[in-house]
Amino acid sequence: MEYHLKLPVSEKEIEKLHAGDIIYLTGKIFTARDETHQLMLKKNINNIPFNPSEMALFYCGPLMKKENNKWLVLSAGPTTSSRMEIFESKFIEKFDVKIIIGKGHMGKKTEKTLSKHKGVYVIFTGGAGALAADKVKEVLDVHWLKELGMTEAAWIFKVKEFGPLVVAIDSHRGSIFKNLKNLT
Amino acid sequence: MENKNLVIGIVQLIKKAEVELPIDVVIALKNAYKVEKGIAKIQIENILKNIEIAKKTKRPLCQDTGLQTFFVKIGENSPYIGILKNLIIEGVKTATKEIPLRPNTVDPFTQFKDANNIGDFIPDISWDFVKGNKVEIIAIPKGAGSENMSKLKMLRPSDGIKGVKKFVIEEIKKAGGNPCPPTVIGVGIGGGADLALYLGKKALIRPVGMRHKDKKIASFEIDLIKQINKSGIGPMGLGGKTTVLDVHIEKAHRHPASLPVGLIVQCWANRRALMVIHENGRWEVK
Repeated sequence: MEYHLKLPVSEKEIEKLHAGDIIYLTGKIFTARDETHQLMLKKNINNIPFNPSEMALFYCGPLMKKENNKWLVLSAGPTTSSRMEIFESKFIEKFDVKIIIGKGHMGKKTEKTLSKHKGVYVIFTGGAGALAADKVKEVLDVHWLKELGMTEAAWIFKVKEFGPLVVAIDSHRGSIFKNLKNLT
Repeated sequence: MENKNLVIGIVQLIKKAEVELPIDVVIALKNAYKVEKGIAKIQIENILKNIEIAKKTKRPLCQDTGLQTFFVKIGENSPYIGILKNLIIEGVKTATKEIPLRPNTVDPFTQFKDANNIGDFIPDISWDFVKGNKVEIIAIPKGAGSENMSKLKMLRPSDGIKGVKKFVIEEIKKAGGNPCPPTVIGVGIGGGADLALYLGKKALIRPVGMRHKDKKIASFEIDLIKQINKSGIGPMGLGGKTTVLDVHIEKAHRHPASLPVGLIVQCWANRRALMVIHENGRWEVK
């Protein structure tokens, strides 16, 4: 099945999704990698300068360029998700993130938390950074750029029809990787 | 003045590698598109679209513009033998600002991030000295998603080539979708630990589809491609027929007591470009 979703998404919309479905997202997304996860987990939720629960979380360290005092996205594909496995359960619980965009596998712990908190893990084609950047319509903000640098900062993007994204882990403990293992 | 011109050339070299994939890699991906179906085909379609956009807009293919890595073949009579290292460093600094590249060098102890893609031992340059006065520089900016899946195994000599095969297939299966398949695999066999890994990386500069000149090694490469593609891992690990685009093997003689295997994993964005510098300072980037 194919779905075109607007962020923030409802629990009902999440429950409709199953591993193997294709989705496209419109709305706000924020980037966070290893250092951003560590920093956001340490901070009091009241000191987070944006609202993660109304956005999708994108594992990405984008290539950005400042032109005429405005940030432009040049290339922004996903980074390897499995590095975030050690943080992700706590992160989902703390920030109520519903959609996570990355590439490659995620572990059992994240799978369990996604089912408990009604969320999905979706995959964007790794390395397709220029294609992904073209779906970003506006760079809304950036946080912790000075402390963390371009790669690890939290960038807030406004995206339109961001996809195609493949649902890899759904909220019913369905996983595309499990399905593949059954095949071989 | 002349040196400035060479720095311009090195920036061009890096830009070519970052925004445009070599034709052999594109052909292999187009072939994958033909044989894949469903979700796997969508992944290859995205990759091919991405290649087009990057080439047209002169933007890096991937946001991970890699660790800047160069293989240099320099003629022992080249007038640039004493200055080329500094010119490459200058080229990387300029390229970082001009293309631009993502700042990708971090000090492992202080976590200091250099804004110019320069650092201890980086750019990573390997030197090969040859007869004559020509210089050939191959740039292969190396992304970390695939590099993180690279491995070294010190096999027992009695494990033999069978042992090499088992190790390579098992590791690629374990890596799954993490290194952005379909990948290109470089396998270095023999030498000491460091030489095996060096040869694995050097194997990546051979064009996709080109077989080793030794027939026995060439047929081992073909066997590995077939076995790995049978795994069903597929593009991005989402299932499919194409897990690797190619496997390249390079060998060195080994010590009687050891059989090292260096496995280097490269994502589908098998970036590679060549710069030739002639004695008179004229250069071209291909």
